[in-house]
Amino acid sequence: MSAAAPHTAAADPLRPGMAWLAHAVLWLGIAVTAFPLYIAFVASTLTPSDVAQAPMPALPGPHGLDTYRTILLQGLQGTYLSPPVWQMMWNSLLMALIITAGKIVLSLLSAYAIVFFQFPGRMVAFWLIFLTLMLPVEVRIMPTYEVVSDLGLINTMTGLTLPLIASATGTLLFRQFFLTIPDELVEAARIDGAGPLRFFKDVVLPLSATNIAALSVILFIYGWNQYLWPLLITTDNRLDTIVVGITKMIGTGDATTDWPQVMGTTLLAVLPPALVVVLMRRWFVKGLVDSEK
Amino acid sequence: MAAISLRQVVKRYGTGATANPVIHGVDAEITDGEFVVIVGPSGCGKSTLLRMVAGLEAISGGEIAIGGRVVNEVEPSERDIAMVFQNYALYPHFKVFDNMAYGLRIRKVPEAEVKARVEKAAKTLELSHLLDRKPRQLSGGQRQRVAMGRAIVRQPAVFLFDEPLSNLDAKLRAQTRLEIQKLHAELGVTSLFVTHDQVEAMTLAQRMIVMNAGRIEQIGTPEEVYGRPRTTFVAGFIGSPPMNLVPVQAEGGHARIGDHRVALPARAPRDGALLLGLRPEHAEPATAEGGWPFVVDLVEMLGAERLVYGQLAGSPFTWRIDGTLPPPRRGEQLHLQAAAERLHWFDPADGRRVEA
Repeated sequence: MSAAAPHTAAADPLRPGMAWLAHAVLWLGIAVTAFPLYIAFVASTLTPSDVAQAPMPALPGPHGLDTYRTILLQGLQGTYLSPPVWQMMWNSLLMALIITAGKIVLSLLSAYAIVFFQFPGRMVAFWLIFLTLMLPVEVRIMPTYEVVSDLGLINTMTGLTLPLIASATGTLLFRQFFLTIPDELVEAARIDGAGPLRFFKDVVLPLSATNIAALSVILFIYGWNQYLWPLLITTDNRLDTIVVGITKMIGTGDATTDWPQVMGTTLLAVLPPALVVVLMRRWFVKGLVDSEK
Repeated sequence: MAAISLRQVVKRYGTGATANPVIHGVDAEITDGEFVVIVGPSGCGKSTLLRMVAGLEAISGGEIAIGGRVVNEVEPSERDIAMVFQNYALYPHFKVFDNMAYGLRIRKVPEAEVKARVEKAAKTLELSHLLDRKPRQLSGGQRQRVAMGRAIVRQPAVFLFDEPLSNLDAKLRAQTRLEIQKLHAELGVTSLFVTHDQVEAMTLAQRMIVMNAGRIEQIGTPEEVYGRPRTTFVAGFIGSPPMNLVPVQAEGGHARIGDHRVALPARAPRDGALLLGLRPEHAEPATAEGGWPFVVDLVEMLGAERLVYGQLAGSPFTWRIDGTLPPPRRGEQLHLQAAAERLHWFDPADGRRVEA
């Protein structure tokens, strides 16, 4: 049945066979995704010696509250004297928010200039921005480090966020959206007497709202997950982001690793991005699939 | 309110050797309170001309004055104009009220007066119950009325319409045409209306400007343009179906059509080629002796009338006859005639009318 007409079956939720198959695939996907998280959770509620057993117990132990209280408020007390996890989360949050806001503002303004204004070198500017897509942070990390260190921005939040803000993806996304704004709308605003900034504020920004929301979600997660750059640019533990913190917690060589604490921290690190996606889901989808025109 | 003067207006795209002129020195005077329609085929430059009056296109040469003030270098918002666009160009995220109020608010008109003006315009246009809606919740006709409302509340000296009816269906178009006429009678604001539709042009215009390929072919009332087209282009563009143009030879004071001789106007050349113009609706049935021979190719029934396509002395000719008459058959030989004052003569070399 499904082999005979797979396309109609897929489009028809009422066919019991296909619905069952679709649900089975979904559940499998959920299990694959959720199982490691479950293991992390279980590990965070056990003692280090329980976790070291093989096999590890499959059910949560009684030490969960202690673990989370310790890591959140005191941080790790091993070879790596980490700051409390709440501070690492705060650093990550601040970094992710600054990167998100900075990228959005920068891309909105640069896309606005490229789309709505005629100036010499407009296409050159566009292509230069476009070319930076080929130069992600990892490729330009040495020169960027040099610049940031010469500016004396090592171990500062500015140094942490600024180099990650310049964004071609955001500019391109907004450019594509701005190009769909009809010329007549721009002209009607000119006749109504709206200057460039007023048009930006009153028309372009509200129309871009869903795009901004969708991009914010992506950029927040991008910022939150930054690893290489924060690792390089901060030597002061107080500026550690949570992603960097986790790896530092894992002991090297002879040092023992407190796996319950590492797993607990990992779960805490996953929470904010997950929360953002869940809360912004409606806007996120809307921004990607439609626009109010 | 204001008069509009166009003096040797030129539009070129590009500069130097690659310059591409699209409007070649246009002169026109539009008097205060007049409703003038610019009509012409696609690409004739009519929209460009309107956009130059609006200030949305730079003027490459010549002068445009609104109310006696040369506005070549004046921003659109400072020209005391309002424009209605073909695709309405409403702000999609504003409610109807805010769409109409936006220009006034930018001008810092007190909010109480904004409210009064918008509500008055909404009442005139029967939009009062829609003020809280967003444009996407409106039909095409309603959106068009909001666009007009946005123009009205500005209380400008000049209304500019850029094919505002083209996106409406035929019935709504006729209705909106009437509304625009009513509005103009009420407000008496100088209006410039661009269209490619000659019916719109004929019905709306107090005077019309017929344009072709960046030049003005004729300026005049609809009666003048229809009754005395100045060029073969106007003859073919205004009127539906267009005027028939039959090539003839002048022989002394006459032209020959088949076996018949037709007297030429006094100022026509005595010999050489001429074009005889005759509108489909002005040909009348005639007897075999007095008429010009006409062979039927095809007949179209339109209801009140029939269009008979055929050959008049070897040239294609369309004849409009009463729909109640029995339909002619294909290949049938008929005869037609026309009163001398219904005949138009043109010089085939430059297409200009030969005045009587």
